[in-house]
Amino acid sequence: MAFEFELPPAPNQEVQPEFGQQDLVRRSASSVPTPARKLTEVAKLIDVSKCIGCKACQVACLEWNDRTERIGFNYGVYDDPVDLTAESFTVMRFTEWVNPETRNLEWLIRKDGCMHCEDPGCLKACPSPGAIVQYSNGIVDFDHEKCIGCGYCIKGCPFDIPRLSEVDHKAYKCTLCSDRIAVGQGPACARTCPTHAIVFGTKEEMKQHAAERIKDLQSRGYKNAGLYDPPGVGGTHVMYVLQHADKPEIYAELPKNPKISPIITIWKGLTKYAGMAAMGTFAAVGVLHYLVSGPNEVQPKDEENAKRLAGDR
Amino acid sequence: MAAYDVEQGDAVHPGDPVVVDRYTAGARVNHWITATCLVLLALSGLALFYPSFFFLTVLFGGGDWTRTIHPWIGVVLFFSFSGLFVRFWKANLWRAEDGTWLARLRYVLTNEEDKLPEVGKYNAGQKVVFWGMSLLIIVLICTGIVIWDQYFYPLTSIEQKRWAILVHSLAAVSIICVWIVHVYAAIWLRGTFSAMTRGHVTGGWAWKHHRKWLKELVAGKSADHTAERKSVN
Repeated sequence: MAFEFELPPAPNQEVQPEFGQQDLVRRSASSVPTPARKLTEVAKLIDVSKCIGCKACQVACLEWNDRTERIGFNYGVYDDPVDLTAESFTVMRFTEWVNPETRNLEWLIRKDGCMHCEDPGCLKACPSPGAIVQYSNGIVDFDHEKCIGCGYCIKGCPFDIPRLSEVDHKAYKCTLCSDRIAVGQGPACARTCPTHAIVFGTKEEMKQHAAERIKDLQSRGYKNAGLYDPPGVGGTHVMYVLQHADKPEIYAELPKNPKISPIITIWKGLTKYAGMAAMGTFAAVGVLHYLVSGPNEVQPKDEENAKRLAGDR
Repeated sequence: MAAYDVEQGDAVHPGDPVVVDRYTAGARVNHWITATCLVLLALSGLALFYPSFFFLTVLFGGGDWTRTIHPWIGVVLFFSFSGLFVRFWKANLWRAEDGTWLARLRYVLTNEEDKLPEVGKYNAGQKVVFWGMSLLIIVLICTGIVIWDQYFYPLTSIEQKRWAILVHSLAAVSIICVWIVHVYAAIWLRGTFSAMTRGHVTGGWAWKHHRKWLKELVAGKSADHTAERKSVN
């Protein structure tokens, strides 16, 4: 029996093109004026249940971003490279998981990469003004001209995403193809995905699309299917449809409730102000003490005493 | 003679005024290398910690260079300070009079030194600075290595790096405060600076601030003379 199946068109939407510096809502280590307009929020939706692990997205990502991954090693696993690198902004993470309820082996393939958090930890940790920016459409982008390679973004990120390049010592991560989106095209990975597991559009549309997918998965027995849009980081602009949304950690340790580490919050918050207050107080007390008590000078009688002690010998 | 806390090179020269050698040329060079490193580290560190101080990176050739050079200056400081530590630790051991001196700190601040116990080469304040610097430098070099991503990234987890960077900044702020105390004391107490520039102070200065040390030096000198006389005889 001939079986023909044509994939329905991916719901990749054209979104408001042409955004730029005027649309920044956050800028690392500096402030930006409130933008005059608010762009429609965009999102990439990754449906893990549809992913076949072909790695076309990885290839498209390298291709579009003009990166060359070094020849790797075979570690005996499907993951290649085994981790994100300064070249590979996205990596498929393969997990063989035995569902304890059905005793079925499930092959969970999660496309890892920047989640484009609404509350970006990388940006909050970055010390270089303007090296990390967030646009009002939700894209978090790195400006490599301004990146100084300190690696603070790695410590700020709740998802362990940015990687320092050993070549130019700058941090790299997925840009959500901001340069493509700015001219009205979807991200390279979404455009290339053969099963439409990766789709791109406005965040609202993607949520609606996810809701349909979740309904479908639930009807097929995945009763815990759901959307991964973690509220701890204010939601993300890369979302997952997970078959087991109650256990995100089974997908190669996707954090259950990611949020900016409190250590980072204290470091970039309290420590900064308390430190300034402490140093300021020490300096001010010094100045004040000098003004009040004046210099402590050696008196002639001290010199006389010294002479009496030492002079006759 | 068992030296109380007289260091190598300390000597008293009678005259008008009496001149007391306090720091050898080696100690002074060692000190100023450390001091230069500390100031450069503070400037580059503040640039990386406070966005409002990021402009200080121009002093180091931009952000990339600041990030590159800061840890190396730290390494130089660590070894340089180690030299100072070896030179000074013995004379900085805590003595009975130090507690009394510290308890009467308000008399220090009001210039009523006659109400203070006589102290040796270093007073309790200087000892606190010395040990504070020593401890903080150890903390800074250890946490600094943890966050030196260019060379040591794979050795620690991200969580460990987060703790390291928090502790590093707290220690850095603390050492800047200690440094302010150190520099202020040198400015406020007139006659102190020459100890670290030309290596000597006046007898009056030693009498006023470190009488026990001066007395010991004088006693040691007379003991030397006695010894010399004995050998001549």
